[in-house]
Amino acid sequence: MIRRQRRAAGLFLGPYLVLAFLVTLAPLGYAAWLSLFSEQSSGLGFGGAEQVFVGLGNYVRAVGDSTFRSGFVTVAAYMCLYVPVLIVISLLLALLLDSGLAWARRAMQVALFLPHAVPGLIAALIWLYLYTPGLSPVIGWLGGLGANGGLANTAPLASVVNIAVWQWLGYNVVIFYAALQAVPREVIEAAAVDGAKTWQVAVRIKAPLIRSAVRMAALFTAIGGVQLFTEPKILDLTSASITSTWTPNMFLQSAAFDRNDFGLAAAASILVAVLAGGSSFFVMRLGQKGES
Amino acid sequence: MTQPTLTSTPTPAPSGRTSAAALGAQVGAGKSAPMERPKDRPNAGRSRPAWMSRSVVNVVLIIAVAYALLPQLWLVMAATKDLGDLFGTNGFAPGTGFNLDENLRYLVQAQDGIYLRWLANTVLYAGGGALAASVLCVMAGYAFDKLEVPGREAVFGLVLVGVMIPSTALALPTYLLASKVGLANTFLGVFIPGLVFPFGVYLARIFSASYVPDAVIGASRVDGAGELRTFWSVAFPMMRPGFVTILLFQFTAIWNSFFLPLVMLSDARLYPVNLGLYVWNTTAMSQGKPEDYLLAITGSLVAIVPLVLLFLALQRFWRAGMTAGAID
Repeated sequence: MIRRQRRAAGLFLGPYLVLAFLVTLAPLGYAAWLSLFSEQSSGLGFGGAEQVFVGLGNYVRAVGDSTFRSGFVTVAAYMCLYVPVLIVISLLLALLLDSGLAWARRAMQVALFLPHAVPGLIAALIWLYLYTPGLSPVIGWLGGLGANGGLANTAPLASVVNIAVWQWLGYNVVIFYAALQAVPREVIEAAAVDGAKTWQVAVRIKAPLIRSAVRMAALFTAIGGVQLFTEPKILDLTSASITSTWTPNMFLQSAAFDRNDFGLAAAASILVAVLAGGSSFFVMRLGQKGES
Repeated sequence: MTQPTLTSTPTPAPSGRTSAAALGAQVGAGKSAPMERPKDRPNAGRSRPAWMSRSVVNVVLIIAVAYALLPQLWLVMAATKDLGDLFGTNGFAPGTGFNLDENLRYLVQAQDGIYLRWLANTVLYAGGGALAASVLCVMAGYAFDKLEVPGREAVFGLVLVGVMIPSTALALPTYLLASKVGLANTFLGVFIPGLVFPFGVYLARIFSASYVPDAVIGASRVDGAGELRTFWSVAFPMMRPGFVTILLFQFTAIWNSFFLPLVMLSDARLYPVNLGLYVWNTTAMSQGKPEDYLLAITGSLVAIVPLVLLFLALQRFWRAGMTAGAID
């Protein structure tokens, strides 16, 4: 019986594990190998480019490149702004929806969630147009901020954060609202009987009771933030403030395709993968620890 | 979302298994409170008249809804305008003429109808890829949950490592490897990476644990059914809602992906919609072809419509995945 199950387990798991190896570990391994060489490449596809073994030279060049380093600073600044803004506004809206005072709670949630159905690239395009003077119906209201080539140029970080918030706000509201609905009614009634006002119940009772949902959402948001690419890549078109190496992922693409420096690009992608994977792991552990 | 009451989850709340704990995911979310609770009385706040708090709450919510919807309204309006109106009239209002039909015709005819080809590609990449990926996920998740897997938790831990490495960090290495084996700039170069969805395996394990009772599997084995048959005709039907959830998540993820196709593809005939829209937008903005704005805008609207419909039709599956990812 056990043996039969083991054989079946191989059959069920095998295809997934093989594919996962092929699209995760194999590319990383190959990139790690490539990162040890420098090539005079006229195109990787030809395979005839002269390759010179440079050891960790490409890593030294990547770490020594100030545009690569500043990409990480950008991502850090982005997360410091994005995570709190997203979480606080989502929580506020969820509490308002749950306050018993809101009209049409279901319709409001669908409306808030709808931007999440829009692919990130299209969301970025829409907002790019909304940031651009001439195309945008609102940019004129912003006065000086909107001049100078549009919002993406004068306030690049805020412009990118806004697009991300727009896409993820409803998602988090729905999660928080679901968590709030699960708060036992007696707790809230007891507080009301004790004379707590509605907003006090919300801030002092309900919000702390769903703190684990809030913490998890914050962690997942932070993990997603590391991937920053699409939105700035789109805004890059009109913004002089957003350079082609503004985030680490943009640096990778630029190193590989603008400069054809595949050794550098490979080394930098290994660094990004290790840092991104490491920080997700760290963040998960943090979440687990906070839990116990 | 708006499942008839957000409160009644269509799915049994996944029971707290090690799998969930492994991700540290322990959120009280969606623990299926049985029924919408009678709302706390608003006028418990004695200091202000109830109508006032009610207005404040709703005004804030309506502002948030406007923030969510106005950009989409802009897109709809923009798709109905010609180039002059696009730049000359208010973005949230209709233009002087109604040009949607003309824009659509222009869109499908541009460059010998390449947009339709992009749509078809996207359906293949996202639809085909997600379907195959979900089958793989469900089989793997079921195996982790119900079968005797040697070194189960170690292997599962390895799968979870995949969750931690963001897909964008893999895009360039994937391209490098694909060029080595001759898959760069091919359909498979974009399709194969979409087959692997580690978070889906994690979800499938939870779904298997909560939908498929061990006893049913045991009974099927006693009846002499093989493992494959037990899975296919007993377990899989029970896991179908979970299957749809995983399918939906991966479908959206592939439809959304941009970095990988951007680095992988240079042949415009292989592009997914995303990449095509990006190119049109670039030519409109920086290569002096303003008429490409119409293509990028109308193309965006056409690409969004099926996604919005899909989302509205399958809300409960969305919800199941969102909360299961965050519950124990």
